[in-house]
Amino acid sequence: MYLSLFNVRPYLGNQWVGFGNFTRAFADPDLRSAVGHTLLDAAASVLGSAVIGFCLALLLEGPARHLRVLRTAAFVPVVVSMVAIAELWNSLLFPGRYGAVNSLLGAVGLGPLPFLGSPHSALATVIGVQIWKSAPHDMLIFVAGLAGIDAQLYEAAAIDGARPLQRLRLVTLPALRPITTIVLTLGVIRGLRVFTEIYVLTGGGPGGSTQTVVPYTYLQATTNNDVGYASAVSTLLLLATIALTVLVRWWRAKRED
Amino acid sequence: MAIVGSSATALGLRTPRAFTRHPGPQGRRSRLTHRLTRLTAYLLVLLIFLLPLWSMVATALSSAQSKLGTMDLIPHGLTTGNLTQAWNFGIGRGLANSLVMVGVGLPLQLAVSSLAAYALARKRFRGTALVTIVIMATMMMPDEVIAIPLYLIIGKIPNPVTGGTLLDSYGGLVLPLVGWALPIYILTGFMKRIPMELEEAARVDGAGELRIFARIILPLCKPALGACAVFGFLMIWDQYLLPLLVIQTPSMDPLTVVVTSLQSSQELGDAIKLAAATILMVPSILFYLSLQRSFERGVLSGSIKG
Repeated sequence: MYLSLFNVRPYLGNQWVGFGNFTRAFADPDLRSAVGHTLLDAAASVLGSAVIGFCLALLLEGPARHLRVLRTAAFVPVVVSMVAIAELWNSLLFPGRYGAVNSLLGAVGLGPLPFLGSPHSALATVIGVQIWKSAPHDMLIFVAGLAGIDAQLYEAAAIDGARPLQRLRLVTLPALRPITTIVLTLGVIRGLRVFTEIYVLTGGGPGGSTQTVVPYTYLQATTNNDVGYASAVSTLLLLATIALTVLVRWWRAKRED
Repeated sequence: MAIVGSSATALGLRTPRAFTRHPGPQGRRSRLTHRLTRLTAYLLVLLIFLLPLWSMVATALSSAQSKLGTMDLIPHGLTTGNLTQAWNFGIGRGLANSLVMVGVGLPLQLAVSSLAAYALARKRFRGTALVTIVIMATMMMPDEVIAIPLYLIIGKIPNPVTGGTLLDSYGGLVLPLVGWALPIYILTGFMKRIPMELEEAARVDGAGELRIFARIILPLCKPALGACAVFGFLMIWDQYLLPLLVIQTPSMDPLTVVVTSLQSSQELGDAIKLAAATILMVPSILFYLSLQRSFERGVLSGSIKG
């Protein structure tokens, strides 16, 4: 299936259009804004869930029973289908004054916010939902990383008089560097391929404000029936992903020297 | 069983072994506030991650026709009416389709992955590295990039039952799920750490290749298999783009697609939509909880450090 990718090209229109689809892609303003949304969304949701996941991991790491229960509980959003989550948050974030989140905000004198209803806040809302779903996943990877750190390191640091925050900075973070790379790499891959979230939360709207690359491609292939153009955009996305992966590897290799 | 080995933690707050031996400036009072802070944090975690899910279940079970956009925390007048109504709008059919996908797809996926991992981890053959790289490369690739080529390929595979192609058939829905890089990756890492001596000993005792695989390697991989099963279940359960591409007959759509199509309908109440989403949510949570032990052991020991 992987090699089949290279057969995509002959399908770029049953009559050969050469690179026509590709030049069109570079000039397409809708695609350009979709790329912008994808990058913003990927960066924000990846960083957000990594940071929150890390804090959760610090809080919930350990062999005690209640911590295991808490970890299991916090992990539940990860195993819930994205479609169900979209449905749930669509209801919770109902824009009116009676929407569940808005009534909570109202209780502390804020809002009501439009959330997914407004082009200005829709993308931020999508990012929030993504973080809610993926932070526990990152947490679990960080917990695995924290468990691998030799406890003697902490004790040594404590004897040397390092305060908790200093220990965090000088012992934990450096030891977690490889894990952090894993979390970020997985996150970026996840971020670039965002489809279901967008498709079921907003459908790209309102006014194209949350349109990202993959749903845009899907739209081109189905609604506009332009498989050739969609393939060209997919190929570009693939090239971008490969380039990004190579770049990350290269950067890592350089830093380890 | 200690899953997480150490009792000292990053911040040293909970099990302050280091502190007890070298009592810092902390007095009994600040120890108490620490406790309280932690307890509050735990509660917050539970509230943030579970309350929204619970409110969905509660609203789905509530009989009162609530105002637009409101959610319940305690069901008003417990009822299964919304659930049965959702069930009648195609959810039952969708659930059956999803269960078929998981029931057929997941065992196949695990079988293919464990065999592939066995070859990659324990055999030396020309091109091991190349095969590994190609398999891992598929993981880097968005599913959606291969969506269109996949559609074209499925449209070319003959369907042995109907004589047409695999498009619009369960076969076309399940086949693409069978090969997935993540379980191969997890299992390869896990199998590499099983000592070769075990295998050699079995070989001396006259065990064949399949016997070694089934009797020695697989049982030792149980925690990793648990992790793979959870991820695989979710991957299959969550399929959305694939059925959109492959299936044209609405009665063959899995639950994800049915739930989304209900969502866009105007005449159905919120409670019914949430009931549909609840039906979609519950099986994957149950599956996760039932395998939770081996899942956590697998994730914490095998995949990351392996």
